[in-house]
Amino acid sequence: MSELLRRYGPTLTGAFVLLTAFWLLMLVILPNVTLFEASFRPYLPVTEVGGPKDFYSFGNYMKFFANSTDTDIFGFNLPVPIHVKIFFGTIYFSTLVTFITFVIAYPLAFYLAKVVTPKSLPTLFLLLFVPMWVSEVLRSFAWWLILAYKGPLNAVLQGVGILDAPVRWISGYRAIIIGLVYTYVLFMVFPIYNAIQSLDTNQIEAAQDLGSPWWRTHWRVILPHAKPGIASGSVIVFMLAAGSLLVPALLGSPTSLWFTQTIQQWMLEAQDWNTGAAYAFLFLILCTCFVSLVMWLFKVQLTDIAK
Amino acid sequence: MSAGIELDDVCCDFGSFRAVDHVNVSIQPGEFFSFLGPSGCGKTTILRMISGFTDPSAGMIRIGGKDMKGQRPNQRPTALIFQNLALFPLMPIWENIAFGLEVRGVAKAERRAKAEELLRLVDLPDAADKMVSQLSGGQKQRVAIARALAVEPSVMLLDEPLSALDLKLRQHMRAELRAIQKRTGVTFIYITHDQGEALAMSDRVGVMSQGRLQQVANPRDIYNNPTNGFVASFVGENNIFTGTVGSEAAGFARFETPHGAFRARANVQGGRDLKLYVRPEHTLISAVPGLENSLPVTVTDVAFEGNFISVHAVSQSGATLLAELRNDGSVAIPAPGDALHMSFAAENASILPDGLVRGE
Repeated sequence: MSELLRRYGPTLTGAFVLLTAFWLLMLVILPNVTLFEASFRPYLPVTEVGGPKDFYSFGNYMKFFANSTDTDIFGFNLPVPIHVKIFFGTIYFSTLVTFITFVIAYPLAFYLAKVVTPKSLPTLFLLLFVPMWVSEVLRSFAWWLILAYKGPLNAVLQGVGILDAPVRWISGYRAIIIGLVYTYVLFMVFPIYNAIQSLDTNQIEAAQDLGSPWWRTHWRVILPHAKPGIASGSVIVFMLAAGSLLVPALLGSPTSLWFTQTIQQWMLEAQDWNTGAAYAFLFLILCTCFVSLVMWLFKVQLTDIAK
Repeated sequence: MSAGIELDDVCCDFGSFRAVDHVNVSIQPGEFFSFLGPSGCGKTTILRMISGFTDPSAGMIRIGGKDMKGQRPNQRPTALIFQNLALFPLMPIWENIAFGLEVRGVAKAERRAKAEELLRLVDLPDAADKMVSQLSGGQKQRVAIARALAVEPSVMLLDEPLSALDLKLRQHMRAELRAIQKRTGVTFIYITHDQGEALAMSDRVGVMSQGRLQQVANPRDIYNNPTNGFVASFVGENNIFTGTVGSEAAGFARFETPHGAFRARANVQGGRDLKLYVRPEHTLISAVPGLENSLPVTVTDVAFEGNFISVHAVSQSGATLLAELRNDGSVAIPAPGDALHMSFAAENASILPDGLVRGE
């Protein structure tokens, strides 16, 4: 702070501090506090706000557990609340998306970090970044076109003889998974790239020299070293995928529902911001719990990720 | 168990740069062989070619008589100790040492027993469950040696492994390495730019410069009978005189210099540039002209080094010369400004050609 004052003088320092405080208070803390407060109040007509019916309760949160439908779980037909089902679907498919991005990103990150010559690295990075210059909406629409029943993917696969009949890609969660993997794969590539890049190449050579085949070198030397990068990539991709609204909205089918869409329905279609806020906070808390649980299972520390 | 290595006209190019230039050497089984040279001389490239991380552009490498072409590093009977050791920081010490055995499918209990046995061999019996970061530099060194020995290699390759240690520890580890080599009988190939290390430890030394192997000989011959100017001046200090060779007889030749005519050992064919080399410890200083090869000088600086005294002097034609006097009271120590004579015996001076150069 005193260093800041010395370098920029009182006027500029004051401006920095005020702007940061404004951003933090007005754009982060205040909206969240408002939503948090609203989430405990019932949705009422404007005339009744502040009236006798306007009191704090967990009513909005309890709606999460309403409207059970019979669901087949390991052969048992159990009544499960529809929104709980959507929530677990979102968690499950986000985990799947995270896993698929890891499977794609790890070899790519290793290739970029340890195989390519430094000379061709900028070109490859550029090739990775170019698609990101196009907006997410356009990219998702592009996938919608590619995956269409009479779209190019089916045409190509039928053309080379892999498929006999066209596949309905945009059904269930299939297209959402493809879209999310495509959208967020770079968020997995770069943390892992950074982690592998910091590994001394001599360690890889030492393992080889001691007779290690490539897969054991990866399993015992490179993967353990890359663990913090994998963890931070996974957390980022999971949170982005679970919190994505656009991709599920564009590439979803009538049978697929993402939890963010439920929140959106409460907020925009039902105009019930109170319940929407309650769902949003519930989602935030449950996702955080899930991520913490997985990190604990894989023995990852929060400080590892921050590296 | 140990194997010999033959490098048969080996070259290695990086683009248009020839890092290793027609190297021929035959290393005996069980020998402690050092490649000595300045950085960039190609010695590490030779090591990487033997271990399989770099492919020779031409020539053949045989280990135990077997051509190594196409053999990957994990298929060769070599173990490499890296300059930075490259221990695995996320594994405990015993797993580091037993990694090569793990690769070979040895059961865990057996691996652990072998690791502890090797830790006793390198004098670190209690380190098995420690992590790499808990060890000192010298201890890490020993772990790296144990890890390499665990796979029972025929050839051990060491890439300046002592360069990161302090002087005392380095001298201790020299003796240790030598002892381990004698005990195990494994062929050691040692890479270093430190002449003291190479001379003290090796059975034979190969001096390298500009990708060329300049001389292969035992340490004494490298120091006492260098075959060219590079070897003479890289290993130890020299006073160097330029001039022309005159008549030659019985291994000695006349050498005309601006300082006068000298007589020195010579065994050279004409053609290359020739210079006269004489070691500072063979350079005598006296008040009256010496018996032979004498020239008047003025002392410029006297440095007391402990076991010897360095006397820097300048000749009348401006050449700087160095003499080293033993600190045993046998000679009077000169002072700066003294006008004295420097001389040397013909047997202690050599007329040598310049070193071999890249691509010649």
